[in-house]
Amino acid sequence: MLIRRRDRQAGLPRTPRRLVDARPEPAFALHVDDQEIEALPGHTIAAALWRAGIVSWRRTRGSAEPRGVFCAIGVCFDCLVTVNGRPNQRACLVLARPGDVVATQAGTGYEGDDA
Amino acid sequence: MCDVVVVGGGMVGAACAFYAARAGLDVVVVDRGPVAGGTTGAGEGNILVSDKPPGPELDLALLSGRLWREVAAESFGRAIEYEPKGGLVVARSPRDLDALRALADEQRQCGVHATDVPADALGSLEPHLARGLAGGVFYPQDAQVQPALAAAHLIRAARALGARLRTGEVVTDVLRSSDGAVRGVKTSRGELHAASVVNAAGVWGGEMAALAGVALPVLPRRGFILVTEPLPRLIRHKVYAADYVANVASGSAALQTSPVVEGTASGPVLIGASRELVGFDRSVSLAVLRRLAAQAIGLFPALSHVNAMRAYVGFRPYLPDHLPAIGADPRVPGLVHACGHEGAGIGLAPATGRLVAQVLLGSATDLDLTPYRPDRFAAAPAGAEVETC
Repeated sequence: MLIRRRDRQAGLPRTPRRLVDARPEPAFALHVDDQEIEALPGHTIAAALWRAGIVSWRRTRGSAEPRGVFCAIGVCFDCLVTVNGRPNQRACLVLARPGDVVATQAGTGYEGDDA
Repeated sequence: MCDVVVVGGGMVGAACAFYAARAGLDVVVVDRGPVAGGTTGAGEGNILVSDKPPGPELDLALLSGRLWREVAAESFGRAIEYEPKGGLVVARSPRDLDALRALADEQRQCGVHATDVPADALGSLEPHLARGLAGGVFYPQDAQVQPALAAAHLIRAARALGARLRTGEVVTDVLRSSDGAVRGVKTSRGELHAASVVNAAGVWGGEMAALAGVALPVLPRRGFILVTEPLPRLIRHKVYAADYVANVASGSAALQTSPVVEGTASGPVLIGASRELVGFDRSVSLAVLRRLAAQAIGLFPALSHVNAMRAYVGFRPYLPDHLPAIGADPRVPGLVHACGHEGAGIGLAPATGRLVAQVLLGSATDLDLTPYRPDRFAAAPAGAEVETC
């Protein structure tokens, strides 16, 4: 409540970063398919994708259903994504690093996938 | 009142219910948990002849393999992910290969199909297999199902024939009349009256037998399975090292591991196998998982780049002579056992179910049940003679 009142008084938007009074290091770039997005140090791949408005980055191997974050704590394996050429990384656990190349994933994520 | 209460909704209980219902019996299946909640849900779904030397277990496996093919062809082969993919046993040294080929020769005498595979032909069967192996034997009769689905579909088929399923119901006692014969079971929800009770309680088969006042020394033999991320078809058959057969047959309580690797219809590769007698200890052993992973990579180097997603643990219902207990218990009229299949319960389930149904009907059995007698441990000393086929 205190925080909310102070934000309102200051007329500033209530972002998560403001709520915890974070002062992150400078942002860096990630490559996601053919676009570039911005991430902050400490972001997971999933957090960076969400921040960029991307909520789905995988298609299931059976019926090609879209998938993104479900549990967000590394348990459900729904948010799998290819990072730097390695498929099936849990986007909710892998920390984003400058220059990471993230690729949306179809099926098992391996070349020659016949699934 | 019904004809038979089957205690246990795992693969073996499901098969007993299926064949008994098909024979026209009124069946009730009771399980304290869900269907496939025990060992059935913790295995790989193997239907193997390759790992069985000539003897009563191989006889059972050959009959069961035929019945699995029948069941799969009849109705729900696809639904239960039945894959007649064959097994490839590989030898890492010339000595192992000699022993493997000698075993295959004996197995052929009993009706097992087995083809010697020279070292330079292994790659055409399994392109990702490690180089430098001595050779192998291919067993086309080996197959696989998804065991939880298989148990569920057999129970569904039994229900379509009138069987009833009661899950979440604990059997607390076996009811017996004044002459000692079984007359049903007492459960957490009341009494179920029946002329026969089938003990298909798997790794808890000893406890179930004790409720009826008899001893059956079923022990839990722990095993871990490592599960990889889903992969495109990398491994085509069930592939395992020849020393696995020796591990299966061993009576040692100490940890034994040998590489057993296979793909699944849904993509993940399953990696086993470990065996140890440590009671019902479910705690994860990182040392075992490391060994399983290293041995699997030894067979399939391509797995070294693959993520392991999870591992699971289960308990094989182990009897000291590695044979199940199947048939009527002469000590308790009306009590029929169908448990103690160790790691082979999925493969041996249909034959077990069919034999149990024949016992319940009092008709001739497809196989002589003497080797599987449930009272054999009380009477015979350990290491009693076993006839080969």
